Amino acid sequence: MTNTGTERVKRGMAEMQKGGVIMDVVNAEQAKIAEAAGAVAVMALERVPSDIRAAGGVARMADPTITEEVLNAVSIPVMAKARIGHIVEARVLEAMGVDYIDESEVLTPADDIFHLNKSDYTVPFVCGCRNLGEAARRIGEGASMLRTKGEPGTGNIVEAVRHMREVQSEIRKLTAMSRDEVMTFAKEIGAPFELLIQIREEGRLPVVNFAAGGIATPSDAALMMELGADGVFVGSGIFKSDNPEKFAKAIVEATTHFQDYKLISELSKGLGTAMKGLEMSTIAAHDRMQDRSE
Amino acid sequence: MMATIGVLALQGAVREHIRSIEACGAHAVEIKRTEQLDTIDGLILPGGESTTMRRLIDSYGFFDAIQEFGEKGKPIFGTCAGLILMANEIENQDQAHLGLMDMKVARNAFGRQVASFEAELAITDVAEDFNAVFIRAPYIVETGSDVHVLARYNERIVAAQQGHYICTAFHPELTDDNRFIAYFVAMVEQSIQTLAS
Repeated sequence: MTNTGTERVKRGMAEMQKGGVIMDVVNAEQAKIAEAAGAVAVMALERVPSDIRAAGGVARMADPTITEEVLNAVSIPVMAKARIGHIVEARVLEAMGVDYIDESEVLTPADDIFHLNKSDYTVPFVCGCRNLGEAARRIGEGASMLRTKGEPGTGNIVEAVRHMREVQSEIRKLTAMSRDEVMTFAKEIGAPFELLIQIREEGRLPVVNFAAGGIATPSDAALMMELGADGVFVGSGIFKSDNPEKFAKAIVEATTHFQDYKLISELSKGLGTAMKGLEMSTIAAHDRMQDRSE
Repeated sequence: MMATIGVLALQGAVREHIRSIEACGAHAVEIKRTEQLDTIDGLILPGGESTTMRRLIDSYGFFDAIQEFGEKGKPIFGTCAGLILMANEIENQDQAHLGLMDMKVARNAFGRQVASFEAELAITDVAEDFNAVFIRAPYIVETGSDVHVLARYNERIVAAQQGHYICTAFHPELTDDNRFIAYFVAMVEQSIQTLAS
């Protein structure tokens, strides 16, 4: 008896990515640079988040030509983004053989009420979260991997830090609760009760949680690992930097050896300018991607 | 004497291997630096991305260090990406990695992630009914005469042993069935005695 698309196979795929860096790429050439630098996967996109932010308008699934080009260019896993709640974009990416789908707030949501029922799919999904309630709702819908939302395309780490700390702190609170306190907590944070019971028993989420949204330097990546991330997504940070190849390698090594500060200082030398970055207070409320879904 | 088993912790499913080693009653250590190899009796190369691990192996001098570790007769177990690292030939690739085992392997040989699967396997000397988890898994295309095939799935070789080297295309660390890891722990305990005498 052979079973595909099981929870174990979908979550297991993300377990294999732990301690690694997943890089945003927009063509085959970038995908190859990422693979050579030691990325554990690439995210095929039409535009990196900072360009999506600059372009404005509606951001959708990438042109399948780009995704296909990336799929053919590398042997590491290829991820791609579908709009939140866009059943057809997700099915198209699954049919193309994409290894992981990011149901992503970086794209303009297609459904402002419902997320995809990700348990229906053979392909696994990663979703963003800012807190434990959001994390648990996405797992409840069938997400096999989580990432912080951060604030994509800003090169500013502050939101990713906030989201990682929030999730960790709520898990710590939960593990100290008596069982009879959990239902009220579940109600308050809008999380499935049984899942919270499981997280309380194990002291951690049942899926991996990567950091994403604003990582721009090797130290940023190491910081997120220090705070308990299982790995990192780097979006605009790499290919918006002066020397993407060197930058990519440095981020990979800093993620592996996140507590080796001497090494990180060596890695950080002469990298050139990181992406410029945005201060949060300069981003209007309606331009905040992290608030696009709950 | 309790065996100490290291898990190469450059990238991948390190935590799961640590858990299963401990569940088998051995001592587990994450290996991030080559000098730590002197402190362990056996080594696991975990699942993850083989291209990423190879790059990090090269950056931190693990290439020669792991080969030397193996030459001392200390057991090494490679899971999935670890199996690829151990092979001396990789299909459609000019260069192999550590070349510890005389076998030719194919990467992502069962297809992309949507083709990843679970299946029940019979594994020689380990189990008749092992639930094996295959994730973008490789398989072994050909083996040299010294390589002992331990398991096949649909005629494909998915587990093999050559002396003190052993590998699986599937992930025994992702289930609570610790029989395969226990088999490796027993190999390590055996080698401690052999190397001491």
